[in-house]
Order: sequence, then C-alpha cells, then structure tokens
Amino acid sequence: MSGMLVSALGETMFMVLVSTFFSALGGCTLAVPMILAGPAGLRPNAKLYAVLDISVNLLRSFPFMILMIALIPFTRLVAGVAYGSTAAVVPLTIAAIPFTARLVEGSLLEVDPGVVEAARAFGASDARIIFSVMFPEALPSVVLNIAVLAVTLLGYSAMAGAVGGGGLGALAYNEGYIRFKADVMLGAVAVLIVIVQCIQSGGNYLYGKLR
Amino acid sequence: MITVRNLEKQYSGRTVLHDLSFSVDAGEIFGIVGRSGAGKSTLLRCFNGLESYQGGSVRVMGKEVSTLDGKELKTLRRDIGMIFQNFNLMGRRNVFENVAFPLQVWRRPKAETEERVAELLELTGLTDKRFERIQNLSGGQKQRVGIARALALNPKILLCDEATSALDPETTLTILDLLQDINARFNLTMVVVTHQMEVVKRICGRLLLLDKGRGLSLGRTEDLFLFSEKNLKNFTEEDYALLPSGTNIRIMFPRDIARQAVITAMARELDVDFVIVGGRLERYLDKVLGFLIINVPDESLEKVLRYLREHNLHREILDDERHVGERTG
Repeated sequence: MSGMLVSALGETMFMVLVSTFFSALGGCTLAVPMILAGPAGLRPNAKLYAVLDISVNLLRSFPFMILMIALIPFTRLVAGVAYGSTAAVVPLTIAAIPFTARLVEGSLLEVDPGVVEAARAFGASDARIIFSVMFPEALPSVVLNIAVLAVTLLGYSAMAGAVGGGGLGALAYNEGYIRFKADVMLGAVAVLIVIVQCIQSGGNYLYGKLR
Repeated sequence: MITVRNLEKQYSGRTVLHDLSFSVDAGEIFGIVGRSGAGKSTLLRCFNGLESYQGGSVRVMGKEVSTLDGKELKTLRRDIGMIFQNFNLMGRRNVFENVAFPLQVWRRPKAETEERVAELLELTGLTDKRFERIQNLSGGQKQRVGIARALALNPKILLCDEATSALDPETTLTILDLLQDINARFNLTMVVVTHQMEVVKRICGRLLLLDKGRGLSLGRTEDLFLFSEKNLKNFTEEDYALLPSGTNIRIMFPRDIARQAVITAMARELDVDFVIVGGRLERYLDKVLGFLIINVPDESLEKVLRYLREHNLHREILDDERHVGERTG
C-alpha cells in the first residue's frame, strides 16, 4: 500500500506543481490587459475589458470534467497523449488560467492607486508601472493567491486522476472506494490533507516574509 | 511658469472647474486654497496631465498640456515633481529605493543615481534612515522621502497636494520650513494645494481661493489676509464675541507698523478707554503681521477713527449686529 501511495503522491505533486507554474504564468499574463483596460486602469477600455471579463467568466463556469473531455483533442496536440499525468496538466492549466487571472487582478487592484499615481507623476511608462510598481507591491498578495490556486489544482487533479491522470485522487477512488480498501482511501485522503496544510502554511509564511 | 486661461473641466457631465485664469511665476510659492471638494487637487493635476481638461488653456513651461503626446508628456512630468497627502511611497521598498526609483525609470547610470540619492537624503535629513523600511518611518519622515523622490530628477516645478494635511502641527512646520528652504535654495517654483490656512500664511506668496470649482479671489497672501478680503474671510472667519454696545473696530497691522506699540500709544495720546475684544499676531512668510479688534465707546469713536486715519492704520468697522445676533441669539 505504501508503494502505491508514494507513486500516487509523485503523480499528484507533478500535476499540481507543473499546472500551478503554467497557470500562474498564464494568469499573470492575462491579468495585465485586464488591469490596463479595467475601469480604474491605466488605459481604461470598456470594450476590451468586457471581452476579457466575459471570456474569463465563461471559462470559469465550465465544470472541470466537461472542460477536460472537451479539451482532449487539444491535449493530444500539446502533450502527444490524451491520458496520464502529463496529459492532465494541459486541461488543469487551461482551467486554472482564468481563475488565476481573476485572483491576480484582485491582488493588483489592491495596490494603492496613490502609489501608481506617483509613478505616473514622474513620467513612468505603463509597462514600468505594471512591472516595477504594481507587481512588486502586490507580490505578497499574489503569492497568497498562488497558494489558493495550488490547493484548487490539487482538488482538480483528483478529478483528472479519475480519467487516467493517476495521483492520490485516483488512488483513493479506484483502489480505495471501488475495491473497498478503506485503508488506502483514508491513507490517500490523509496525505491530501497534509499537502493542503503545507501549501497554505507555506503561502502564509511567504506572505508574512514578503510584506 | 504656468499660465491658466479660461480653464474648464467637466467630469461625467458635471463642470468641476469653471473659467479659471491665473498664472504662477517662476520661483514663487503659489497657494491654491479651498474646502475639500473645491477642485483644488483636480486643478493641480491639470498641470502635469494627470487630469485632462475640456476648455481653455494650461501652459506649463511654454507647452500646452492637453496637446502633448505620450513622450512629451513624460518629459514634462520629469520636470515637475509632485508630493502627496498620503505620501504614496512604495511600501515594499526602503527609503533609498523609493528615492532612486524616478532615476531608475529615467535610466540614469547607477553611480549617478547613488550620488544623487545620497545628496537628496542629506538635504532632507534622512541619511541615517537610508535603508529603513517605509512602514518604520513617522509621517514627517515619510513626507521627507516623498520630497526627496520628487526632487530626484531636478524638476523646475514642485506640486504639493495637501502635503501636510496628514501631519501633526509641529511636523507640518518642519516640512514647511524644508519646502521653503528648497524653494529659496533651488529657486524651485511651487504650487501648494491646501485647506490649511497656516500653510498658506507661512509659505505662499500669492494664493488663489477656490470654491466649487470657481476662483473666488486671487492675490498676495498678505493683502488678502490683512485686509480681510471678503471671500477669504468667509472661509477663515474666527468668531469673536463682540460687545453689544460701542463700536467694534478691527485694526490691521501691516509689516511696517506691526512692531510699533500703536494701540497703547493711541490710548495714551487720546486718553480714551477701550476694550480689547480679540486679536492675533501671526507669521506671514517671514513677517509678523496681525490684527486687533477693539471696542470703543460711542463718545470716543470719532476721536479714535480720526487718530487711525491720521496714522494711516488700516481699519474696518465690524458689523456687530450680526455677531451679537449669532452669539446671544
């Protein structure tokens, strides 16, 4: 049983880490035009913001299972295969990008508008303001949100596991629940609980350090 | 330095600045005074293009602000420093990094940046706080960092937006002294937006009184205050309990008279008795000026008025009915 747990843990960690990394990257990138075009942004653009806003909401409203199945052709294109941990990273990342963009947008909106105004007042460009003022000032809050993202992806990865992604979720369901191995199921759940705790504590620690 | 002609600004259909015209001369400290919501800060932001305007003209250092493109506007902003009520410093950077930031934005060489920041910290008395985090500083120190940052690029104009409103009275004075010192030392033109009369009296040579987006008065601070200009008086009015009988006279002391003991001299010379109702001596810029309100019994009124006229003292008979009504009513 412990052998199964260890390899499932490895798969879960892989899926969560890789998809957290790419969705954080994608989410931060998508948050830039949102914050620029937003109503209180540096270059307010109601039309562009409406498009981004609706797209983000649209993607977020998909149930993850459906999105994952709908993305199978795309996953095959990107990852070469449609199942397994590597393949699961693709739908995980795509599902999490709009969610992350929303979280990062929130973090950036928390930056004191006065600080942004001061930077504008001495002639900083929009790119300077976003990358040298807003992101650094919002960093603690972004880090905390990335912890939230990682926990969310941990949950999603369990679903991905059910359709061949492997990992702790799949172990708990396929081995534990279906085959009536309560110890495997509880073991997997216990490990998941520990991981969530670690991610959240790590996020909180970094938040305190960075502030 | 700054010339404003018939400036109009609308904000979502509402006119917030009405037909303003005035100019700010090179090297002066110009005050924009008014209650909150009068449009002072909006007006100030028209000078460096942080706010747009719909009508009239704002020319800063010869350039019409609304016609500048992105690059020209950045150059203009480089030459205009700005400080703020809430300091607007970057909380995650230390003192040095905050002051150095404008220099980094303008890609000054590292050695030059370090030298300039050291100079600025010296000027603002922050050398020992160089690597301190912003959150560990007092309000006065934060504003000094703000001033150092605003001066980093050697601006020609400094805009001060309620720069002392978040500070206690004592710290306010030290910041005002610093601003005055900078003004004198670098001949830096300053535009000071404030609702604090002490600030205006202490450092502004001239002022514009703004109310609901309209310019009510414009002139030399000393003149407007001393002669109790009508609009400014409504704004600053202190209430003195005026005596119901006799006549209340407000006597102003311009700079050449302030030092002489005119009042006691008058009492001796005319041999009259009067009651001192209230008064104040204040520092306007570097001069001590003031006023005194006296209550003269009716029988000596003519004598006193003649004496004041002969000695060229500025006086005003106060409309006591209104005051009495307010006080006793």
